[in-house]
Amino acid sequence: MNNLYKYLLTIADNSLILAQRLGELCGHGPSLETDIAITNISLDLLGQTRSYYQYAAKLVGENKTEDDIAFLRIERDYKNCLLVEQPNTHFGFVIGRQYLFDVYHYMLIEKLQNSPDENLAAIAKKGIKEVSYHKRFSGDWVKRLGDGTEESNKKMQEAIDDLWRYTNELFYLTEAEKEVVKEGIGVDVSSFKEEYYKEVSELLTEATLTVPENKYFTKGGKEGVHTEHMGYILAELQYMQRTYPNMNW
Amino acid sequence: MSKNWPLWEIFVRSKNGLEHRHFGSLHAADAEMALENARDVYTRRNEGVSIWVVESKNITASNPAENGEMFEPAQNKVYRHPTFYDLPDEVKHM
Amino acid sequence: MYDELSYKLSTFYIAELIVGIKKKDIMSEKEVKNLEEIFEARIARDEKIEPKDWMPEKYRKTHIRQISQHAHSEIIGMLPEGNWITRAPSLRRKAALLAKVQDEAGHGLYLYSACETLGVSRDELYDQLHSGKAKYSSIFNYPTITWADIGAIGWLVDGAAIINQVPLCNTSFGPYARAMVRVCKEESFHQRQGYEIMLTLCRGTEEQKAMAQDALNRWWWPSLMMLGPTDAESVHTEQSMKWKLKRKSNDELRQQFIDQTVPQADILGLTIPDPDLKWNEETGHYDFGEIDWEEFWQVVKGHGPCNKERMSARVNAWNNGEWVRDAAMAYAEKKEANKLKEAI
Repeated sequence: MNNLYKYLLTIADNSLILAQRLGELCGHGPSLETDIAITNISLDLLGQTRSYYQYAAKLVGENKTEDDIAFLRIERDYKNCLLVEQPNTHFGFVIGRQYLFDVYHYMLIEKLQNSPDENLAAIAKKGIKEVSYHKRFSGDWVKRLGDGTEESNKKMQEAIDDLWRYTNELFYLTEAEKEVVKEGIGVDVSSFKEEYYKEVSELLTEATLTVPENKYFTKGGKEGVHTEHMGYILAELQYMQRTYPNMNW
Repeated sequence: MSKNWPLWEIFVRSKNGLEHRHFGSLHAADAEMALENARDVYTRRNEGVSIWVVESKNITASNPAENGEMFEPAQNKVYRHPTFYDLPDEVKHM
Repeated sequence: MYDELSYKLSTFYIAELIVGIKKKDIMSEKEVKNLEEIFEARIARDEKIEPKDWMPEKYRKTHIRQISQHAHSEIIGMLPEGNWITRAPSLRRKAALLAKVQDEAGHGLYLYSACETLGVSRDELYDQLHSGKAKYSSIFNYPTITWADIGAIGWLVDGAAIINQVPLCNTSFGPYARAMVRVCKEESFHQRQGYEIMLTLCRGTEEQKAMAQDALNRWWWPSLMMLGPTDAESVHTEQSMKWKLKRKSNDELRQQFIDQTVPQADILGLTIPDPDLKWNEETGHYDFGEIDWEEFWQVVKGHGPCNKERMSARVNAWNNGEWVRDAAMAYAEKKEANKLKEAI
């Protein structure tokens, strides 16, 4: 499989798995208004996922569809980062995961808009407006929870502390990524690592939260080595396609 | 018992040039959240280009019990309408 | 134009009455009766009643009950369908289902807002739901156990809901009517979404078609029940007709639903699970079999297959969200206080 295809997956799988996680929440959030907002983010991410997969399917040919890519891979072939597969432990985790991802996501597709690959650039141009809104939404909520009540501050801090170890992986480059970056098509994610931590730290500080000082980080998702959560996510995601193979829905 | 999020009234302008119209209400803790919620609740289908939010308690409404004195005096001021004035047919479009 | 009758019916006359009432503070029975007559006449003339207008207490209470039940049904209705979001069989279906369940949250929100104009808060309404005092549509107490159930809900449940809801766009209470206009406009895709799912299944493999038939078998009777008890047993109908909360009786609505749904089942090639179902040339309607009203009342009284699950899902969401709502409020108050400080 070619590098561009693999590169598309590293971006698209993040959106798919995060959309899936957010989809679990629909009807179970703290207020109707937040349910509607979170579902909107999920829908945005799902839309982006479909665009990337449709492009990827075209690259593969052989009558492959977006659904083949979304549903019919083994776990090791999903290339999403570990951050997005973390569970909705409580609303602090939902917001923390979202914010830590959104800042990264924004920086990534902001640069991806300039890719000489027209398809990629077009998807990024459409997505940037959505993602910039996601970042605003999740950032506002980090501030509300961080600087809200004593209890919410504790819960938000707990989520940030817990999720922090998955942030470093966002800036790790797989071999395929390196190749696509070398060709000038992909974005070198390591180039905005410093900028990322600066922006996130500033907001966390404003939210009266402590910026974690981890020495140890966990990675593996981008190479297909996931946390134990992933199997269950896929069990649900793939349930229909695996139980009833080769049918139209 | 905790405090509830207050109610906000949402006004949306659907196209450039048209006025904002009352779309409905929703709950939010502050104005920013009210704007964000309004965007997701009332413009999901591309309905708007501008949103105003006003906390419901800040709206003063006329009392329907006083509708008579408020609105009926305007009914007999027919001279405010163009049809009050007689012009010959030769004068078209005025 | 200004004959005495229409003067009496005008709000000006009501204003005079109210001013009179204020002076005496207590309304005589005759005065209330007068107000009520004027009120009923306004409705009869298709005028909209707005929240601050005088209204009989019974009108207010009936509307709070009906609108909140309607809102609760939207919110509880998110759960059986939400159950399939993570398992939707294709990305296209997943997006459509997410959008549909999100719409239901929106519709619940519009309806709660309409209800709030009658002087009751959303939190009070939630309390009524969570304590089991308020009812919601019994259909959502049935489980969604296969993907075809998502199709059947869209086709049958939304189909029945539309029959119920379209006449409400002209109901007498302004905020409710306006909410329903928005709901009906947005809901037009819901039934199509469901029917398309069924159609795809019925054009698919034997296994898929069996799945569709099984879903129809399980959802058909509850859908008929959803339109409410028979006219003989329905307590609110007459008053509701007068206030335009209802335009047709439950039995008429049910007949309309059956008449429109049977040909749709034929197109799918599915069999409606009622051996007594048969076209009646004379009446121009379908005759149908006996509905198991015992089952209906069992579910309404809280003993359906999923009543407990639905309720605990809502209560948990609300309780688990309390710290979040509190935090947002506390944050907003801090910001407000800071703004004041800066101003000084």
